[in-house]
Amino acid sequence: MTELTSLTISQATKKLKAKEFTALELTDAYLSATEKANEVLNAYVVQSDDKAREMATASDARLAKGEGGALEGIPLGIKDLFATKDIHTQACSHILDNFKPRYESTVTQNLWDDGAVMLGKLNMDEFAMGSSNETSFYGPVTNPWRNKGSNQALVPGGSSGGSATAVAAHLCAGATATDTGGSIRQPAAFTGTVGIKPTYGRCSRWGIVAFASSLDQAGPITRDVRDAAIMLKSMASVDEKDTTSVDMPIGDYEGAIGNSVKGMKIGIPKEYRRDGMPEEIETLWQQGIDWFRDAGAEIVDISLPHTVYALPAYYIVAPAEASSNLARYDGVRYGLRIDGNDITDTYERTRAEGFGDEVRRRILIGTYVLSSGYYDAYYLRAQKVRTLIKRDFENAFNDGIDMILTPSTPSAAFAIGDEEMAADPVKMFLNDVFTVTVNMAGLPGISVPAGLDKGGLPLGLQLIGKPFAEEELFQAAYVIEQAAGGFVADKWW
Amino acid sequence: MSVDIDTVKRVAKLARIALDADRAKTMQGELNTILGFVEQLNEVDIEGVEPMTSVVDMAMKKRKDVVNDGDKAEDIVANAPAVEENFFMVSKVIE
Repeated sequence: MTELTSLTISQATKKLKAKEFTALELTDAYLSATEKANEVLNAYVVQSDDKAREMATASDARLAKGEGGALEGIPLGIKDLFATKDIHTQACSHILDNFKPRYESTVTQNLWDDGAVMLGKLNMDEFAMGSSNETSFYGPVTNPWRNKGSNQALVPGGSSGGSATAVAAHLCAGATATDTGGSIRQPAAFTGTVGIKPTYGRCSRWGIVAFASSLDQAGPITRDVRDAAIMLKSMASVDEKDTTSVDMPIGDYEGAIGNSVKGMKIGIPKEYRRDGMPEEIETLWQQGIDWFRDAGAEIVDISLPHTVYALPAYYIVAPAEASSNLARYDGVRYGLRIDGNDITDTYERTRAEGFGDEVRRRILIGTYVLSSGYYDAYYLRAQKVRTLIKRDFENAFNDGIDMILTPSTPSAAFAIGDEEMAADPVKMFLNDVFTVTVNMAGLPGISVPAGLDKGGLPLGLQLIGKPFAEEELFQAAYVIEQAAGGFVADKWW
Repeated sequence: MSVDIDTVKRVAKLARIALDADRAKTMQGELNTILGFVEQLNEVDIEGVEPMTSVVDMAMKKRKDVVNDGDKAEDIVANAPAVEENFFMVSKVIE
């Protein structure tokens, strides 16, 4: 039965409809694969076996009648940031101990409405703050990829590290994820999987634990481009419960796959060529350029002059929003409470104990930049820089550029417990240097596996599109996938 | 701009996060590293630039002013650490 877990979403869907196996068999195959693997990889923080079997059985009943939605019987993993009714939802934080929401997030509800099956909740950096999944209260996640001939455990990236590992190790058919500064695309690049952050507003944020509300967006991590198109179509919706969700038709994402990119203008921004970037990344990028040129696209050198300021501006805007969003964790309404001498002491002890180092650090930065006397110097300036970053992209698109090709990350996956990263928070931030511009401008971006480095670790290329041009992104991402082929980690776990 | 230890303590107080002396010292170093990193924004000419308020070009949606939810007291207190008769319980706040 283990073979069933090697099927993509689109393959499994066909075979379920043809009754080659049942949804329950497919779900059981994932549950048994995960049972052993999770002890090593730590991708899931909670497995909802009973719920999964119940949902799969209901899918089988619908499939038997020739009914069923676009994801009927497909077993998915859900990032712990999404509220799932009566099931563990803690953003992998100690402060949300035992929180079981009485409601369902809009994105997950959309998936269940299309027939998907929930396998469990996936590990992540605490409150999605991190780029290595090492800030989780539930411990780090291990990347199924390792350097050739090495047993050293590598990070899967973050914050959606559990999602990326679960997809890459075939512990779910696809996974939900979220991206505030690169948290879908960086882990996808580190694990040889596909991850798309859609345009801000494409997916409802309702029921997703808030980190930085003006940047957070949900999206899928999947094994291939087609699966990402299928999942995003289901996840996206306009929602009365999120006023920032947009009322625009959802494209025919899967239908766009295979369309020619002939004549498309692909921009290559010179600012993404960084000092000290490994030569392999440079080579990979050039390879991507050649693939598009061969496919008939026009390659155009462009400039996005404010690129370098995106990361510092992000580290003002995101912590500022986080300090406000995380004010609600006070030990009164939900989660952990550490009793103190009085109410203020209770708040302070609860938040000191309940938040991890990275979260405390960001709350303090956010509180500082918003505090009286510093607001203009930091927050207001950062929001003005953000306008300039967005304007760079608008200028490129107004000049006729259809989309932009960049590397996804400045390096391949690094070791768990990397001392340099642990010692310097800014060094960890640099993981997001190519992805964060996209969140600051609200644009869609997709990471597609494009090659392996000399150690045999996957590397990704990123495509950045115009607002709501997800269809074109899938169309172009498929060109990379066709040229590069798929990448599957050798099973050692 | 760098922060001194008293600023770190004041900000921690504002954020309602207890910091002992050791942690405050570590935090001071880390905050200064981050503030040093964001310093480069001062190079940018922001003269006449509007601050971003919405990343997507659309008018803020407003919902109708109607009651569309409610009678969920039990759901709301269901996850609280201490509850009595659908009230959140906290230590005495007024003498």
